[in-house]
Amino acid sequence: MSQTRKKLLVDPLIDNNPIALQVLGICSALAVTSSLKVAFVMALAVIAVTGFSSFFISMLRHYIPTSIRIIVQMTIIASLVIVVDQLLKAYAYEISKTLSVFVGLIITNCIVMGRAEAFAMKNTPIDSFVDGIGNGLGYGLLLMCVGVVRELFGAGSLFGIVILNPVSDGGWYVPNGLLLLPPSAFFIIGFLIWGLRVWKKSQVEEPEFKIQTVEDH
Amino acid sequence: MEALISLAVKAIFVENLALSFFLGMCTFIAVSKKITTAIGLGISVMVVQSITVPANNLILTYLLKPGALSWAGFSDVDLTFLGLISYIGVIAALVQILEMVLDKYFPPLYNALGIFLPLITVNCAILGGSLFMVERDYNFSEALTYGVSSGFGWALAITAMAGVREKLKYSDIPEGLQGLGITFITAGLMAMAFMCFSGVKL
Repeated sequence: MSQTRKKLLVDPLIDNNPIALQVLGICSALAVTSSLKVAFVMALAVIAVTGFSSFFISMLRHYIPTSIRIIVQMTIIASLVIVVDQLLKAYAYEISKTLSVFVGLIITNCIVMGRAEAFAMKNTPIDSFVDGIGNGLGYGLLLMCVGVVRELFGAGSLFGIVILNPVSDGGWYVPNGLLLLPPSAFFIIGFLIWGLRVWKKSQVEEPEFKIQTVEDH
Repeated sequence: MEALISLAVKAIFVENLALSFFLGMCTFIAVSKKITTAIGLGISVMVVQSITVPANNLILTYLLKPGALSWAGFSDVDLTFLGLISYIGVIAALVQILEMVLDKYFPPLYNALGIFLPLITVNCAILGGSLFMVERDYNFSEALTYGVSSGFGWALAITAMAGVREKLKYSDIPEGLQGLGITFITAGLMAMAFMCFSGVKL
């Protein structure tokens, strides 16, 4: 694998994470992370869809008229999502029930559209495929981080295997119920972004309004 | 009628699309910096949502459901697997039509909402509303109520969020938390506040 392709794959993981920096595809990131297993399946589905949609869109990029490109991209993405949806219903019915509408919502996941529009329309199929997979992985990575925190501290288990024995089963750990509820996902992502930006200073946003100190006057 | 009012209250407060299902988050975070733009986007979402959810309900009942094509002589055809692609098609087409109609007949409204309309096609709240309608098996009147009220709930959430963020601009926030980070935490606090509505039934 050449150096640039490796960069395409690794760059979106931390340096240019789709969720933490580009603010794309947050909807599903928050909703499906209360259990790790579901988050894992969702991440796989998104990786597959981003990779292949970028690949196909890039193959067709010279034939798509610019005026209707959004509709064409939508159709390609929607067809891929239907394939994923049918596969999940066939082989992982329980998980597809838990994911409910969120598999369908991969269509409007901005990561898929964003990569198609920003990268696949200008680059070769293989590069676009690698870029799609990389961004899917970056999304999956953040999803798994949030999933680990929420399931471990919210239910005391990981992938359904008990790690911290909860009080209800005669153990010692009192599960933090808040972590299974929607608001906690916002907090965890907020804090993750904070952590990431303390580590990677270049991602810090400029404040819109500076508080002036007295000495400046 | 009572059932419909209860459904509306539930869709606006208890099951708010933005704050308890996280739908339309990308635009929710990106376009909530100023109250005026937030209200504009909120209203456009509400309008589009009130049209697309019932429209998709009709598509589902008369075209896609098992046996729905019996009026055309295909009584054992099940096209539900084509659901996703038809809903997004309907949404994209309706947004386009709405844009053209507004441009022709209501230019001031078009100028106010114009920039947001294309954004709405890829807003997960719109597709999410239609998918929830399918999953919960709403009939036409329920779908209409759900469309209007869930759109209103989303508009309410983004307007409130913009109000908070306008004030937040002047606060002293740690460097790394600036911008995106603090917005997420604010949204989390708002979601907690909205949880107080759970259990409210009419």
